[in-house]
Amino acid sequence: MSNTRRDRAAPVSRRRLLGAGAMLALAARPATAQVLLEADLREAIARWCAGAQPREGRVTLDIAPLVENGNAVPITLRAASPMTEADHVTELAIFNERNPLRDVVRFTLSPASGRAEVSTRIRLATTQHLVALARMADGSVWQHTVEVIVTLAACVE
Amino acid sequence: MARTLIHVPPSPRRGEVIEIRVTIAHPMETGYRPDDQGRTLPRDILTHFECRYNGRRVFAAEMHPAIAANPYLAFTLRVQDSGSLAFTWEGDRGFSQTETVSLQVT
Amino acid sequence: MAIVLLLGRALAADADPRRTGFDFMSPALQALQRDDTQNPALLWVQEGAALWARPAANAKACATCHADGSQRGMAARHPRIDERSGRPITLAGRIDQCRQAHQGEAAQGADGAGVLALGAYLAMASRGLPLAPDSDPRMAPWVERGQRLWQQRMGQLNLSCANCHDQNAGRRLGGAAIPQAHPTGYPSYRLEWQTLGSLPRRLRSCLAGVRAEPFAPDAVEWLALETYLARRASGMALEGPSVRP
Repeated sequence: MSNTRRDRAAPVSRRRLLGAGAMLALAARPATAQVLLEADLREAIARWCAGAQPREGRVTLDIAPLVENGNAVPITLRAASPMTEADHVTELAIFNERNPLRDVVRFTLSPASGRAEVSTRIRLATTQHLVALARMADGSVWQHTVEVIVTLAACVE
Repeated sequence: MARTLIHVPPSPRRGEVIEIRVTIAHPMETGYRPDDQGRTLPRDILTHFECRYNGRRVFAAEMHPAIAANPYLAFTLRVQDSGSLAFTWEGDRGFSQTETVSLQVT
Repeated sequence: MAIVLLLGRALAADADPRRTGFDFMSPALQALQRDDTQNPALLWVQEGAALWARPAANAKACATCHADGSQRGMAARHPRIDERSGRPITLAGRIDQCRQAHQGEAAQGADGAGVLALGAYLAMASRGLPLAPDSDPRMAPWVERGQRLWQQRMGQLNLSCANCHDQNAGRRLGGAAIPQAHPTGYPSYRLEWQTLGSLPRRLRSCLAGVRAEPFAPDAVEWLALETYLARRASGMALEGPSVRP
């Protein structure tokens, strides 16, 4: 609008910022398109991983994409694993993005489990991402992210 | 003692991987809900579950307030010997309950 | 001959436009209700079975008077005329009344622990049976009153039950499907309540939903509505204790 010093400088720095931002975004995006999660969720996952770098795959979180009521949402966690002494899942965990607390549940399995498959019902405060993680006996960590849409009752009591 | 529902297949074969389903009656009060006066209801949840097969722990769960009321867990177990399955729930306010079921393996 | 009968039944089923709330739920919740090893209402059914058999302090159990097998059909026959009062009585009301009269129990109301557990147990025992409320002519004025209430606009939202559940069933309100509101699955484990609850509780929350002043707890309006709803759903198969969002 007015020819102030700030205005004259702004377009140049805006362009530079946009350029830098685009570079950053491209650099941050890994080969497989990944959701950028909130910082506290990433921190909670990092703490659970205890130094191991999670890789995509091997673990799946079965959950309805659209949920009518977030008070009890059925889920099934599965991990591809022969569950032998040499190669088995030791832990499964779920973290969330928008509940009051990041943790949802952590499971401890053993070769005696036979299969890496656990079901439960969880609470979801609102539409959000969930991250499922599996830790293997060899220390490797695997993850899978899903988005769940939570609708709320129209008639609220 | 809270009510429980426990489902174990009646006559599994040795070496078979069975699915066990357990439910326990518990409100799993999150600690974030207001009562009708607007006061926050204190947290009261179950925090741990474990299954012991003939005394050996084979499965455990660490539960947080995000587990739904009347917590339901389904997990698997490769059965070998007949014997007992002990299911233990623990939680806030010193909650502790164990249910034992016999396992007949054919 | 059998083929003709089957075809006839299929055609009749298509001709009945009534659907229970089950049909309006997501596959995940339908699966939850169908599976007796997952449906949380089974916690109450189990409790109800124990209560049925357990003698009270005066040594009378439900099973003392009610022959084994007679549980099946009890839920299907209610509401029915209670001879003592000359008014309709719901199954929950009858359970509460029996416990007081014959077992020395205190009144609990439809959402009392014992009444809910026995209600769930008896609902399970009638699962699959068609709802067949009393056809006694004394029921008629109650059905009519219930129907008038059903059609009466109420509350700050100025909506009648019929506006949503007759005229807009199948459509969505907010993100939620509007069911036809047939009482075939009570008591119901409503996820919103995180527990098992009665039809009167659901009706109270309906009134709250349209921002209407609820009727007094012992008001005859609740009974009239339940009586009308049962008549409206007459012939539909009972679901046993249901899961609802």
